[in-house]
Amino acid sequence: MGGHLNINHLMFLGQGALWTIGLSVIALIGGGIVGFVIALARISPLKSVRIASGVYVQLIQGTPLLVILFLGYFGLAAIGLKVSALAAAGASLTLYVSAYLGEIWRGCIQSVPKPQWEAAEGLALSRTQRMMKVILPQAIRIATPPTVGFMVQIIKNTSLASVVGFVELMRSGQIVNNSLFEPFAIYAIIAVVYFAMCYPLSLFSQKLERRMGRGRSNLAPA
Amino acid sequence: MSLQLDFPAVLERWPNFLAGAALTLELAAFATVLGALFGTLAAVGRGARSPLIAGACKVYVETIRNTPLLVQIFLVYFGLASLGLKFSAFTVAVAALTINVGAYTAEIMRAGFEAIPRGQIEAAEGLALSRLQIYWHIILLPAIEKVYPALTSQFVLLMLASSVCSQISAEELTAVANYIQSDTYRAFETYIIVAVLYVILSLVMRAGFWGLGLVLFPRRRRLGTPL
Repeated sequence: MGGHLNINHLMFLGQGALWTIGLSVIALIGGGIVGFVIALARISPLKSVRIASGVYVQLIQGTPLLVILFLGYFGLAAIGLKVSALAAAGASLTLYVSAYLGEIWRGCIQSVPKPQWEAAEGLALSRTQRMMKVILPQAIRIATPPTVGFMVQIIKNTSLASVVGFVELMRSGQIVNNSLFEPFAIYAIIAVVYFAMCYPLSLFSQKLERRMGRGRSNLAPA
Repeated sequence: MSLQLDFPAVLERWPNFLAGAALTLELAAFATVLGALFGTLAAVGRGARSPLIAGACKVYVETIRNTPLLVQIFLVYFGLASLGLKFSAFTVAVAALTINVGAYTAEIMRAGFEAIPRGQIEAAEGLALSRLQIYWHIILLPAIEKVYPALTSQFVLLMLASSVCSQISAEELTAVANYIQSDTYRAFETYIIVAVLYVILSLVMRAGFWGLGLVLFPRRRRLGTPL
């Protein structure tokens, strides 16, 4: 209708793809920091902290990201803060990612073999020392494959930021489509770009998992 | 900077919220049943002797798992339209969600198949069970029992993901919320109510799957452990 797909449209989509990567990095860093706190809170010696963080995780994991995005976008406006679409999307994705990464990492920390915890205690290490010097270095190794796998989820989920008007890959596709009206072709291109971003990460995560599996089977008792 | 919440103004639209929640559950139910069947077929297909079938199933699973659901929904929606086929938004939503959850189900089921010890199948062959009997009793049912928890959390995630169908104007819970907030200008209250409803729906689904598990897997109920 409005002409053909040309180099300008592709440049625009490319710019959107860069914002998708940018938003994913923001979500990973923000969600990683909050998620780390959540993971530690979930195994806190204080029962109230454990319960509070557990409720947080259940609430976020029981709500669709789309609704969290709307809450972030309209909620921050309702308390009088005028925020950009980027800030709203970044904050919402941080909340969402933190609940999932927190649970993944809690599992990884808890899967460090029990004797390691006991040995650290037997050496009279403080709780902080035990975490920093014994448990976390091992937990990070275990956590790497599922974390890389979850990065695929983050990249895919940033597509929902398009509904609050943030111009990432999906939204830029919609804008291009509004001028060309060739939805099938344009969304197919968008799908290919997402695939190109996600598939290498998926493969990398699988490779890490296999390598870990081999390492662990070598350690298994005879 | 003052926050004034007016929940009653929004809550008086409760019939709309309930209708939306019902449609969300309906979408999830259709997509769960169809997606489970479709995904199991794809998992079986991945183990097929023919490299063509195995390859096609792998391409399907990897393509769906590495692209966003929103893009998939638009592709199905506009793809069917460009073929000249007219379907309701509900049908398109069920189709897109089925294709989506089928790929995740296939991956989970494949893990279940791989966890069946080789010796069990050999024993069944030794007992002269037919191929079909082996597939059903020795491979499929025990595999489902093994991966049941992973499957059910995938189906709860599917119910939450169905919120994306609001973008093609299927009248589910999130679409109802969008409509109510543009009508009442009470966006924050509306989405808080909807968030609470989704949390309730996911708890209901989890409880339902837990109960279904007790009925389907009596051995698990008696022993408290999977196979």
